[in-house]
Amino acid sequence: MAPIPGSGLAKGLAVTLRTMTKKTVTAQYPDVQPELPPRTRGVIGLFEENCTVCMLCARECPDWCIYIDSHKETVPAATPGGRERSRNVLDRFAIDFSLCMYCGICIEVCPFDALFWSPEFEYAETDIHELTHERDKLREWMWTVPAPPALDEGAEEPKELAAARKAAEKLAAEQAAAAQESAAAPEPGEEDQA
Amino acid sequence: MNDVLDVALRLIVVFVVFLTFPLIVGQTEHKVMAHMQGRLGPMYAGGFHGWAQLVADGVKFAQKEDVVPAAADRRVFQLAPAVALLPYLLVLVAIPIGPGEGAVGQVVDAGIFFVLAVMGVGVLGSLMAGWASANKFSLLGGLRTAAQLLAYELPMLLAAASVAMAAGTVSLPGILNAFEWWWLPWQIVGALVFFVAGLAELQRPPFDMPVADSEIIFGAYTEYTGLRFALFLLAEYAGIVVLCGLTTVLFLGGWHGPFGADGLGWLWTLLKTAILAFLVIWLRVSYPRLREDQLQKLAWTVLVPLALAQIALTGIVKVAIN
Repeated sequence: MAPIPGSGLAKGLAVTLRTMTKKTVTAQYPDVQPELPPRTRGVIGLFEENCTVCMLCARECPDWCIYIDSHKETVPAATPGGRERSRNVLDRFAIDFSLCMYCGICIEVCPFDALFWSPEFEYAETDIHELTHERDKLREWMWTVPAPPALDEGAEEPKELAAARKAAEKLAAEQAAAAQESAAAPEPGEEDQA
Repeated sequence: MNDVLDVALRLIVVFVVFLTFPLIVGQTEHKVMAHMQGRLGPMYAGGFHGWAQLVADGVKFAQKEDVVPAAADRRVFQLAPAVALLPYLLVLVAIPIGPGEGAVGQVVDAGIFFVLAVMGVGVLGSLMAGWASANKFSLLGGLRTAAQLLAYELPMLLAAASVAMAAGTVSLPGILNAFEWWWLPWQIVGALVFFVAGLAELQRPPFDMPVADSEIIFGAYTEYTGLRFALFLLAEYAGIVVLCGLTTVLFLGGWHGPFGADGLGWLWTLLKTAILAFLVIWLRVSYPRLREDQLQKLAWTVLVPLALAQIALTGIVKVAIN
């Protein structure tokens, strides 16, 4: 059936009127802070206690915007007659956010969980040099890193948890077997009767 | 002495209405348009939901430099905004908002003639601006304005003539006194023609081809800055108030309320005018701009025949009643 002439005009009016009664989508930042999704890429925090100065992040960074300085220290042997160990000590860890393209490769690549995404985004500066965040500032961002979002229902168990649980279960089973054995050992006859 | 006071008071009231109502319409347009597009519109000026946005705009316009292009026809260029704005003030004087002598700035016997003639002068401002700017875009805008004026003045006059025929008078209060509720369905086609033609004459979207900013910058107003530009904008909104007021008076029964509830008087006029003003804004938000040829086609092949048919209908019914 052909549409009634002018129905398109009425439809147009209806659309605008309906939109008027709906809630607006205007974000009232900075009066109202935006609701950011989990895993928002705002700024990178450094948990420097975990950093071993392996330099993987600096090497993988496509922009080469991570600067790391370190020196080696020797740690005296833990046991008498043991070997002295050498340890990397972090002197400088800086990320230049004027170069960073927020790809997150450094965070992905870090084998020791020393880098994290933080949702904070209000760190604009008037001087571009101040966008290079040194290690103390990067350490401060760590306080703003949210807890990792909960896993989806029915999701596979995280590998480390699975491994830990398996080990614990194995241990418990061994202990139970040992206890049973020690309990059963004095009177083996009873068990047979039962 | 008393007469002088009376005249002064009426003029002051009309002037205050002339200064405030267009701003109210403008502010409403800001907010309604925003919400129809899922936005909030102005929120800061004045503190509460941006109620003072147009005041802030006015202050901004007043601060700007008043530039007259070197090649422009100076006097005409500078006079154009006033020519565009003042007719609407004059029209406002003649629009009755309530019953009786007290509710109209000045009773004009040939009300419809006066009102439509003076409103036509307003468009002259755009023509002056378009010619005097010495700018090709302004000239194009001016030409389009002229074409639009020619095309739409005719159906507007015909529709108004139909009402005058129905009432047997051309005086605006006289028309209101003769108004009966069944005029509404009787004159509905005329009302539509009048309103649409009025919109086109105001160059409101979707009939804003003369100021089509995506192709001829801002038409006749391209070269204007500061207060003179603001006057042109104000003229547009004053035009909305006048058009809605006139449509109310001619076709919607002015101060007559529905079901004989005339008691509120001038409140009815204001309410109907406000609803029509909302409609003007609503149409602007909903429809895209008509192309120049579509614009002419609508006027000559739709509105003029409809207006003529309305006049014929009015005549037939009038004769049948008598």
